[in-house]
Amino acid sequence: MSKNIIDVRDLSKSFDITSKEPGLKGTIKHFFRRQSKSLKVIKNVSFKIKEGEIVGFLGANGAGKTTILKMLCGLIYPSEGSILVSGHLPYRRKENFLKKITLIMGQKQQLIWDLPPIESFYLNASIYDLDKKEAKRRIQKLSEMLEIDSELFIPVRKLSLGQRMKSELLAALIHEPNILFLDEPTLGLDINAQRNLRKFLQKYNKETNATICLTSHYMKDITSLCKRVICVHEGSISYDGKLDLLLKKLAPVKEILIVCRSEEDAIQLENSGFTVKNKTRNEITIIVENNSITSSLKSILNNFEIEDLYINEPPIDEIIGKILIKKDYGI
Amino acid sequence: MVSNLIKRKIFTLLKVQYSNMLEYRVEIALWAISGIIPFFMLNIWTNNNLNEYINISDVMLSRYFLCAFFVRQFSVVWVVFSFEEDSLTGKVSPYLIQPLNPFFRYFAQHLAEQLTRFPFALLIASFFFIFNPESIWIPNFGILFLSVISTFLSFLIQFLIQSIVACLCFWTEKASSIERLLFIPTLFLSGLLAPVVSFPEYVKSWIYLTPFPYLIDFPANLLSGNTTNISGGFCMQILWILLLFPVFKKIWSRGTKKYTAMGS
Repeated sequence: MSKNIIDVRDLSKSFDITSKEPGLKGTIKHFFRRQSKSLKVIKNVSFKIKEGEIVGFLGANGAGKTTILKMLCGLIYPSEGSILVSGHLPYRRKENFLKKITLIMGQKQQLIWDLPPIESFYLNASIYDLDKKEAKRRIQKLSEMLEIDSELFIPVRKLSLGQRMKSELLAALIHEPNILFLDEPTLGLDINAQRNLRKFLQKYNKETNATICLTSHYMKDITSLCKRVICVHEGSISYDGKLDLLLKKLAPVKEILIVCRSEEDAIQLENSGFTVKNKTRNEITIIVENNSITSSLKSILNNFEIEDLYINEPPIDEIIGKILIKKDYGI
Repeated sequence: MVSNLIKRKIFTLLKVQYSNMLEYRVEIALWAISGIIPFFMLNIWTNNNLNEYINISDVMLSRYFLCAFFVRQFSVVWVVFSFEEDSLTGKVSPYLIQPLNPFFRYFAQHLAEQLTRFPFALLIASFFFIFNPESIWIPNFGILFLSVISTFLSFLIQFLIQSIVACLCFWTEKASSIERLLFIPTLFLSGLLAPVVSFPEYVKSWIYLTPFPYLIDFPANLLSGNTTNISGGFCMQILWILLLFPVFKKIWSRGTKKYTAMGS
């Protein structure tokens, strides 16, 4: 039984936000008297994460998922509540804690722009007190896992985004952290680079039993890496549990694509009472509830001339889209 | 073992930053050239025979301004601008969760930049001697050593002052504007435009209580061989460092609690 490595209780974060009315009058008013108010962006959030778990944080832009991640890694100070990560209070940023974690932000880089990545790796290695021999071993191991080699000796500014991201990962993992905070790690990468990165993360998690907390707007990242998701809606947790369960609940239907023998059959099927998603000539897609699939299929096969038939799950992006805007999933 | 690790950390940091600075060698040469204000000031002083009022010979005055140029070259600090940009764009975020205060990176950057600047500064000094051969002198080793120390202490004072101002980025987004305000006394009271000895007595007594004359005037006087209170100068430099360091630590610890990780 794995132990809890992250324990968050009643966590809240407020930011002071200044607002300005439009126009010259608003500008002058703003110059003399700033109107600021405290905005609670995270509201009494509680959850626990076990060692070795990969948890995806889902939510619309501005929902608060990145703020939670930043508090977990100690980058920002919580306003209320408690956080315990691997037995440490993250915001104290003690050396022992910092050596156990890493934060990777898709849009931010820590590599030195004008030098080859290898220089940044050795610099990070010395910051994390690794001797040269050990640093060399880890660089070799990680570069094999990430499938990078000659890129290590090319200035960062000359690398492609995918190569740069791989190098960023290597720099962030050289101290072999056991907790990874990843904020949109695949942002801007092409499909192949995204897949390779996911493969690497799966491998890293398997080999080191590292805990991974991940935010991403690419649903493939979430569905292929995370068994558990935490949905954040306007600063509160709206769902914390298995991804499968959430998908089932939010997608209680299946799509059936039916290829009829003739267009007349398709028209007849369209008018037979099924919910039709779309129709083109002799092809028709209907939506059927999960619990009536068998009876619906029986009725279709008995009453219509069918050439072919496909049963599909609704597109994952559509379901996740619902998660981003819904607060209550009825689970 | 521990000291070896610290040494390795410092050495690697310096090595990497030096490699980085070498990528900007043309820019550094231009920055070195842009620091020739003391030579303009020398011209104004000697052309108007102003040195007669303070009983300094032409030769000693030209040596003073050459030394002021050198001290300025090796004590110039820009950490507030780097930190402001990094904190506003969120670039400082990954550094904040590493077991090394980000200011060590900036510190190493400055030292590396000074190393890169050194040959250019020597070249400019050679040109100066070609046009002012009477000013050539070789300071004795002891004085040279003390001057290097006092220049480094001057750099430390300026680095601490700017780091304190830089930490204000946690409260205000434009901390560099406060630094610009500090630039005025630094320019006038440090000895860059005129040796502090040329100020009226009642002003001087106040100036010597501030950190400014220990930034340029004291090290430049020491190196050029002008009369100066060596032990008093060093004591004041160390005192200012001892005063500024805890202020920096306090403001850093408070500021990081206010950090909102903007732009990331």
